[in-house]
Amino acid sequence: MTAMVDIRSVHKSFGSLQVLRGIDLEVRSGEVAVVLGPSGSGKSTLLRAINHLEKVDSGWISVGGSLVGYRRQGDRLYELREREILRQRTRIGFVFQNFNLFPHLTVLENIVEAPISALRRPRKEAVRAAEALLDRVGLADKAASYPRQLSGGQQQRVAIARALALEPELLLFDEPTSALDPELVGEVLDVIKDLAHQGTTMIVVTHEIGFAREVADTVVFMDDGRIVERGTPAEVLDAPSHERTKAFLSKVL
Amino acid sequence: MSLTSDPPVGKAAASDAEREDYSALKVVPVRHPWRWAAVVVTAVLVAQFAHGLITNSGWEWDVFADFFTTRTILKAVWITIQLTFYGTALGFALGIVLAFMRLSQSPFLKSVAFTYIWAFRSIPLIVQLLFWFNLTYLYKRLDFGIPFGPGFFSFDTAGLVGAMSAAVLGLALHQAAYAAEIVRGGVLAVDGGQLEAAAALGIPRLRQLRRIVLPQAMRSILPNAANEVISLFKGTSIVSVMAIGELFYQVQVIYGRNGRVVPLLMVATVWYIILTTVLSIAQYYVERHFSRGATR
Ligand SMILES: Nc1ncnc2c1ncn2[C@@H]1O[C@H](COP(=O)(O)OP(=O)(O)OP(=O)(O)O)[C@@H](O)[C@H]1O
Ligand SMILES: [Mg+2]
Repeated sequence: MTAMVDIRSVHKSFGSLQVLRGIDLEVRSGEVAVVLGPSGSGKSTLLRAINHLEKVDSGWISVGGSLVGYRRQGDRLYELREREILRQRTRIGFVFQNFNLFPHLTVLENIVEAPISALRRPRKEAVRAAEALLDRVGLADKAASYPRQLSGGQQQRVAIARALALEPELLLFDEPTSALDPELVGEVLDVIKDLAHQGTTMIVVTHEIGFAREVADTVVFMDDGRIVERGTPAEVLDAPSHERTKAFLSKVL
Repeated sequence: MSLTSDPPVGKAAASDAEREDYSALKVVPVRHPWRWAAVVVTAVLVAQFAHGLITNSGWEWDVFADFFTTRTILKAVWITIQLTFYGTALGFALGIVLAFMRLSQSPFLKSVAFTYIWAFRSIPLIVQLLFWFNLTYLYKRLDFGIPFGPGFFSFDTAGLVGAMSAAVLGLALHQAAYAAEIVRGGVLAVDGGQLEAAAALGIPRLRQLRRIVLPQAMRSILPNAANEVISLFKGTSIVSVMAIGELFYQVQVIYGRNGRVVPLLMVATVWYIILTTVLSIAQYYVERHFSRGATR
């Protein structure tokens, strides 16, 4: 299988704070990578860099064979214009911790907005696709509701459907269940598991170790802006080789 | 005795026998004697005032009735409405541009917008209006062409800036400074995650603003904007210094001729009240439109 995501020696600082200190990571097509790590280790920053919501200081990231945020011509990298970056992003789905649904639009409008305005799909087609997606996340009857009328778990499932509406080749999840009440976590994880079984390539930042064990092909442990350890769930979760991984796992398990 | 509605189970069971039963007792609401006293005093004052309005011949209600819907007054009301409409429309159009200039990343655009707002909030409207009215004195001709270079067309300012357009221009430029700050405040109040989500979905930039940010910003913009429109509406009376036939000017002209000051001031007042009421009602419906999804 080919590399869907290729991250090479990525560095990123905010002022004097070094948040990513040389990240190398490859995620193959169809692979599910789960990223674990203590708070402040740079997990969100890494995900946001993959989507170019955050510009990296050095190193590069490619998704589906094309550089994120740059275009290569000869021996030069040209920074892409905002419009081209926006087009790149339509190939990458991003699911936020706080859902970030558009509160003034109905569930259906939330989902069809990007296909219509970014991909220029005909509205009818977009609506039909959105209805199918809502059905898939178990919310077929909520199309006309506003986000605030839904529970947290339902909102996050809508957010997933919204990301899927662009038919992305890669899905990024940033702690998709951390803002949810414990009894709602399961319904969201079930949707993500479903996607995993259908061969969607994804990178999931989460603290749900059970989910990682069950779904991940690869578990990545980050600490202090570096990838400390990576391997299969069995390797990283059950037989961690680094002290920091052990310390972290003993706290969250 | 517990104040909570569901007392701890263990305790409740133990003390069940000795708990008193209040369900048969009659509830007596708190009495507010002073509130009643205030109501009586206020009612007497209101009644006296109303009585005065009706019986005091000084108000000259017959004169009021004669003039309230005369052609001159109706025409003046129409001019007032036009001034308000153009002042608001142009003012807010420019205000939105200024707001986004202030929110932009460019230090140059930011400081131009900031300076504009600073300047136009500093100059009293009446002073500004007189400046515009005397534009002919400052710039004799307006040339259109290459900046600082040769001109292609030119106009004499005397013909271009009539009194009415000078007034609209003055009101709009003044309004823009305030509108800019109101719009900027509204945009800042929208959660940053909204723009981020829109960007992550690849929604084009202009569409992000028009479809995602502005409709949400409207909720905090509207109450302030309505205040501005209403104060601009009444502020048009300032334009009377430029001898434009708006409501207040026309009323002054008429009482200058017939000396019936009070009833004619009442004509203007009642028109201002009616139109402000219409604006307030419009505000209610516009706000309701933009509150979609805001509550459960
Ligand atoms: N825009 C920013 N400006 C300045 N510092 C930032 C910014 N974004 C993140 N940081 C800092 O970078 C560090 C890493 O943040 P990041 O959000 O990537 O951590 P994280 O691993 O996702 O943590 P958590 O598990 O709490 O979400 C933190 O110390 C954070 O304060
Ligand atoms: Mg994070």
